[in-house]
Amino acid sequence: MFLWVIQRDLLLAMRQRSDVLTTLFFFIIVVSLFPLGVGPEINMLRSMAPGVVWVAALLASMLSLERMFSSDYLDGTLEQMMLSPQPLILLVLGKALAHWMVTGVPLVLISPILGFQFDLQTDALLVLAVSLLLGTPVLSLIGAIGAALTLGLRGGGVLVSLLVLPLYIPVLIFGAGAVEAVSAGLGASAHLSLLGAFLLLSLVLAPWATAAALRISTE
Amino acid sequence: MLKVSNLECVRGERSLFKDVNFSLEAGELLQVNGPNGSGKTSLLRMLCGLARPAHGEIRWLGDNIRSLDEDYYNSITYLGHLNGVKDNLNAIENLRISSALAGNGIDESTAYASLQKMGLIGREILPVKVLSQGQRRRVTLARLLVSDTVLWILDEPLVALDTSAVLLVKGILEQHLEKGGMVVMTTHQDINIAAIETKRLQLN
Repeated sequence: MFLWVIQRDLLLAMRQRSDVLTTLFFFIIVVSLFPLGVGPEINMLRSMAPGVVWVAALLASMLSLERMFSSDYLDGTLEQMMLSPQPLILLVLGKALAHWMVTGVPLVLISPILGFQFDLQTDALLVLAVSLLLGTPVLSLIGAIGAALTLGLRGGGVLVSLLVLPLYIPVLIFGAGAVEAVSAGLGASAHLSLLGAFLLLSLVLAPWATAAALRISTE
Repeated sequence: MLKVSNLECVRGERSLFKDVNFSLEAGELLQVNGPNGSGKTSLLRMLCGLARPAHGEIRWLGDNIRSLDEDYYNSITYLGHLNGVKDNLNAIENLRISSALAGNGIDESTAYASLQKMGLIGREILPVKVLSQGQRRRVTLARLLVSDTVLWILDEPLVALDTSAVLLVKGILEQHLEKGGMVVMTTHQDINIAAIETKRLQLN
């Protein structure tokens, strides 16, 4: 059931590859613009890399949030899901995970290559990828709440960013902080543990809040 | 089985209908009639728990559907005026996915057989977006052939269908009623469906 939702959303993403590629290219381009704009000052690039990559990841994940429920809402499949005998929380969790696989995983995989542009060291590149691996699912899970709340509203895209971006701040701080800590010679484990804690917390709370928001939005 | 008492629907400031009462037993059909905007769709959405009534309650086997929640969804199939099919998937994928989500997974050959009955063979591997409006409706209605639920709530199921498809749907509904199923439907077409008892509800 849960797997059916994931399978369905991945299949849809395969059929509509442009959606996936837009997010990925947005991420690549935003990250690549910074070295061009700031100039080849190695130390400055190194110190700003974690922040730049993380902010770009937030914005990229933001881009595709609106689509998470709205297309299903418009063609009536969301209604059918809400009438499913399975708990809505599970369905929502499935949709958020599918969203992460489509938009989050490509960012994690490409991030070490982008890190090279900022002359990050190997250990920092590794921590960057790990912090994104822990952090991007949180973005999808929290984003699902915003997407569900703004479902069917005019200008939902702008509203969703106003709602969700403030909630992304802790993830941004500790995600970027992990890479900075490694570059500074300190361990990243404290930051990464906190990111892991955010992930667990949002795994438990976000589907519940999203399901409640969906019930309100579709009434 | 299904008992509705004193149901009231309010849209904004206006009361669309109130004091709606009816009950439905096995093998019975309820046809909801009324002009556009009289609240037919709102009533059906309340019946399947998607919308909350302003007043009154809906009981299924004696329990309020609000408290039953997912257990209730095991007993109903709702087809709204939106088709509920994904444009980029083909008919077989759509049917298999929607059945699985309804808690009743089917294999590919079952899906193929029911699409064949709906007259969609030859088009079952095309993405639904290239099909006509009537053909999409047929894909949606194919769900009825594989559903094992008791209560069917159908909002304008005959819209966009040609005469042969209307007869097909009529046959499916009669078979379901004969087996002891229940149907609540709205339609503007003149259609005579054989049932143990056909009830009519007029909204205005």
